[in-house]
Amino acid sequence: MEEQNRNAAWREALRKTKNPKERAAIERVKMSELSGDYRSHNSEEVNQGLTAEQAVLEATRCLDCQNPQCVTGCPVGIDIPGFIKNIERGEFLQAAKVLKQTSALPAVCGRVCPQEKQCESKCIHLKMKHQAVAIGYLERFAADYERESGCMSLPEVAAPNGIKIAVVGSGPAGLSFAGDMAKFGYDVTVFEALHEIGGVLKYGIPEFRLPNKIVDVEIGNLEKMGVKFVKDCIVGKTITFDDLKCEGFRAMFVASGAGLPNFMGIKGENLIGIMSSNEYLTRVNLMGASRSDTDTPVLKGKRVAVIGGGNTAMDSVRTARRLGAERAMIVYRRSEEEMPARLEEVHHAKEEGVEFLTLHNPIEYRGDDKGRVTGMLLQKMALGEPDASGRRRPVPVEGAQEWIDVDEVIVSVGVSPNPLVPRSVPGLEVSPKGTIVVDSEAMQSSIPTIFAGGDIVRGGATVILAMGDGRKAAASMHAKIQRGEI
Amino acid sequence: MYRIVDKSYFSPNVLRLEIEAPLIAKARKAGHFVIVRVDERGERIPLTIAGADVQRGTITLVVQKMGVSSTKLCNLNVGDEVTDVVGPLGKATHIERFGTVVCACGGVGTAPMLPIAEALKQAGNRVITVLAARTKDLVILEEQMRQFSDEVVVMTDDGSYGQKGLVTAGVESVIQREKVDFCVTIGPAIMMKFVSLLTKKYEVPTIASLNTIMVDGTGMCGACRVTVGGQTKFVCVDGPEFDAHQVDFDEMMMRLGAYRAEEQEAKEHLLEQK
Repeated sequence: MEEQNRNAAWREALRKTKNPKERAAIERVKMSELSGDYRSHNSEEVNQGLTAEQAVLEATRCLDCQNPQCVTGCPVGIDIPGFIKNIERGEFLQAAKVLKQTSALPAVCGRVCPQEKQCESKCIHLKMKHQAVAIGYLERFAADYERESGCMSLPEVAAPNGIKIAVVGSGPAGLSFAGDMAKFGYDVTVFEALHEIGGVLKYGIPEFRLPNKIVDVEIGNLEKMGVKFVKDCIVGKTITFDDLKCEGFRAMFVASGAGLPNFMGIKGENLIGIMSSNEYLTRVNLMGASRSDTDTPVLKGKRVAVIGGGNTAMDSVRTARRLGAERAMIVYRRSEEEMPARLEEVHHAKEEGVEFLTLHNPIEYRGDDKGRVTGMLLQKMALGEPDASGRRRPVPVEGAQEWIDVDEVIVSVGVSPNPLVPRSVPGLEVSPKGTIVVDSEAMQSSIPTIFAGGDIVRGGATVILAMGDGRKAAASMHAKIQRGEI
Repeated sequence: MYRIVDKSYFSPNVLRLEIEAPLIAKARKAGHFVIVRVDERGERIPLTIAGADVQRGTITLVVQKMGVSSTKLCNLNVGDEVTDVVGPLGKATHIERFGTVVCACGGVGTAPMLPIAEALKQAGNRVITVLAARTKDLVILEEQMRQFSDEVVVMTDDGSYGQKGLVTAGVESVIQREKVDFCVTIGPAIMMKFVSLLTKKYEVPTIASLNTIMVDGTGMCGACRVTVGGQTKFVCVDGPEFDAHQVDFDEMMMRLGAYRAEEQEAKEHLLEQK
């Protein structure tokens, strides 16, 4: 494709307009954001996006490397210099088109990917002691520009081949799989258990980080490409895999996510006011519980502790601030350095007045006579030798314990695979942890017509890894169907 | 959308709704529940399925007007639509030939007991139903229960119908009279607690069908968690039925009160609007 070819005349000419030294001398753009004070009381999106001028200047920083390492850092292998150079030359719609060759949801990824651990961690600028090109910001810019321009292009869709494919779950893995299969010409139906399409993008990630309307536009595009969505339908419960077979579905992709929230199993954990981050975020994001015109209640604590250091923990603690918590705390057993959350989320949380109790671990809760949580006993921790994850293992500091007053606790210490689907398919190979076992290249399960990806396979990962799985599964399923293997 | 095709009253506050949901009607078994969201602003509430008609493609729910959501549901009429009905959820009741089974149910708990009694009867059990209510007007589904029971013992708190006394008195009289091999109990948490204490004393294996607060109903939120045998279990995916002798009913009752203040406030608000 001309807009993507590194040797195209326009691109060669563009590279010559500035030498690498000049490009490297430009400072990394700063994302404009709402002030911490203002935003911690509403659900408006924190990051305001780049202006066209900012985006072009930032794109100019990219050296358009001959052997771009950033692409190797991207789980879906987006042609990063390809889209960035289109931004630099002012062809923003072309940039969006390049993105959509590989990513089903660029406006989402530009907002929620941990770029500093992926593409941006491989940027050549880092080797020269400069800040990496803001690839995530640019991705978001191109996707937003296209959406707001009103001339969104749909990917080319092959002629319909009449083969029916089922997708279980409408989160990032399911959506990216559905998009790719629709492009190949399949008749794709996505089955969703909840009453909204989007999975974790809707029930999990808050409005201030990923507005629902952006997710809805992406879903609308899939619909325009011919993808069908069925809500309120649990495959394995409402309809069985055999029912789908009888209805002529040739194969299916299971992307049912990591449902079950983990708890720590400590004393008092079932007191009122202690809940999983899934429950808290679902009440607020999916059910609109913080609005006065909805029926679902949510506890609005004044002293809220969120246990954990991941993105979901950050989403929860920042939501608590927005619901009026005077004291909103992250309680994490390791140090800030080991936190799995995106850097930006940690910064944003701090700007919004969130306290960080790192190297602390809850070991007990106490409550009042009505069973409502009133306090938590924290054990101070220190870092010991590295554990299996490569991070230094937190060990309790003897005798260092303290009670802290809390009236709400959000437990965000990971999730386990949702057992509904694996339990309902006889013969499906499942790991001891409950994840569906697949061949990691083909994403094919022990039942040849069932493929799987995302958290039901990984047990708890990121949006982009789930999307990568969806793409891989689509490519391999397509190849196997063409070869007549399934 | 899920259309209401029939509506009838057991009492002013207890209704029977027949709702179009053909896929659920076909898939459901005794013990299953559904999650219902009445309208776009509604909450997701769990309701145990009381019956289904595969030919008509409908399921039956028995609903008691309690909070905002159940009241809104009860205010719908034939032809109206419920925004979301999803299921069947939970594990189906384990049915086998136990021998003599006592079905101890109270209030609206009688409705979900009906398909369980039917399945137990079909499996060749001797089914004795102890059906309890506060007063005569609140005794529901007695005739239907008789179809699947070898005997129905009706208990009312005030003695206005059947025998005077609590469900436990009825169950105890059966246990003292003949050998009971198994017991199933569905009703208010406090009732199930005392049935469980009683059958534990007589060493009669017992299952209780729990109805807790849920949001998604598919294992995602953990709002429904209960302690069973010292371990945390999720009612939506591990239940709704558990070994009653292992259930921490006191904790369950405490957790049911989590949003009582909010529920009360919302209910008053709803009544004011009328």
